[in-house]
Amino acid sequence: MTPADAAVHLRVPASLRTYAGGSSGVDVDLTELGDRRTIGGLLDHLAVTHPDLERRIRDEQRRLRRHVNLFLGNDNVRDLSEQDTPLAAGVEVAVMPAVSGG
Amino acid sequence: MTTLLMIGTRKGLFLARSYDRLSWSLDGPHFATNAVYAAAIDPRPAVGGGLPRLLAGADSEHWGPSVFRSDDFGASWQETEGGAIRFPTDTGEALVRTWQLRPAGADQPGRVWAGVEPAALFRSDDGGETFSLVESLWDHPHRERWMPGGGGLCLHTVMPHATDPDRMLVGVSAAGVYRTDDGGASWEASNTGIDAWHDPNPHPEFGQCVHKFDGQRDRPDQLFLQNHGGVYRSDDFGATWTAIGETLPADFGFPVAAHPHRAGTAYVYPLVKDAHRMPPEDRSRIYRTTDAGESWQPLADGLPQQHSYVSVLRDALCTDDADPAGVYFGTRSGEVFASADEGASWTSIVRHLPDVLVVRAAQLP
Repeated sequence: MTPADAAVHLRVPASLRTYAGGSSGVDVDLTELGDRRTIGGLLDHLAVTHPDLERRIRDEQRRLRRHVNLFLGNDNVRDLSEQDTPLAAGVEVAVMPAVSGG
Repeated sequence: MTTLLMIGTRKGLFLARSYDRLSWSLDGPHFATNAVYAAAIDPRPAVGGGLPRLLAGADSEHWGPSVFRSDDFGASWQETEGGAIRFPTDTGEALVRTWQLRPAGADQPGRVWAGVEPAALFRSDDGGETFSLVESLWDHPHRERWMPGGGGLCLHTVMPHATDPDRMLVGVSAAGVYRTDDGGASWEASNTGIDAWHDPNPHPEFGQCVHKFDGQRDRPDQLFLQNHGGVYRSDDFGATWTAIGETLPADFGFPVAAHPHRAGTAYVYPLVKDAHRMPPEDRSRIYRTTDAGESWQPLADGLPQQHSYVSVLRDALCTDDADPAGVYFGTRSGEVFASADEGASWTSIVRHLPDVLVVRAAQLP
């Protein structure tokens, strides 16, 4: 297995790239998540490595912000097991702002 | 000398500058699409490295709220890691919005107060870089019975006493005024005299729908308050309140601003209550008292005098610290008016902004 295959790619929208080191995403090696290979584990890891990014996805109680969606492939994690949704090597998690506001 | 006017709107912060308070330049938006409900100009040089520090609470509908600060008059902004204000995990709450940023007095360098939603008070001792929850108010036994107003359950007003750092008032919608006399160690409701028209008991201990209150440095115990219905004055720093709105054309409204250094003088923007909420006679007028509420004078020169349906939110009226004082207000329809002569005449300095949520002004060195 190559390092890339062992990673989860978190893709962020342009408005969050500042908090991802100027990049369009962050790669996280699954082994970094220990036995918490889930959306919640990924975000907990992000809270350490990219705290300003993580707090824009979750509030201080570690709840997903109301107008933020996370997609695992084509599925909104709210339709799966939200933060308990398991992650497999090589998947992409996309952070998407909800269609809201005026 | 330059006057800086911070204009927080539903879609960002704008900064207006003027050398004469008659012609203005504008830049922005800063924090585009973020609602800026809280703005402050902290004049204490110990905080901003010799220059006034600007503070802004910017709330992204998607990405959450943050507090930003600028020590170069808005040319650049810094955000504290973590966004500055965060509820402790054991509260189970998350910050919705920062409603108020209020620097303390010169004798408390670095101290900045923040009023937030859900209703809570936070304190900073490093000029607004980090904040901690004031647990004594959070733990107040009344808090579980506080009811939200239309804007949410928010702590929207923080009023430190001008000369006694142990005394402070806060305003919560719709819980009313709370007061500490021991530096925040304990709090008590301080609504004596304020009506609660929406309550079967017209004079409850708490539950009043206080919209805003303000005071001035020359008579620090004197305060003016705009209630959901009624305008009030206190001469004992909020211990008791006396109705002073009987001669106004309407005693409903949201903002009130005290003159910065002339005791007895204050400004309100009356609206017809309660289901109408537009200016009396469809004319925009600021009303000013110079005798502590005994009488009120309409100030209309330069303001729309026909077909005016604009309203002004609770923090969208302010004064600067000059002599003569400048007075400023912004409307929900995105226009900002300024007066360089204490309200006698007004100039529209910018139009077509998003809804104006807050204005703050000061002269810069």
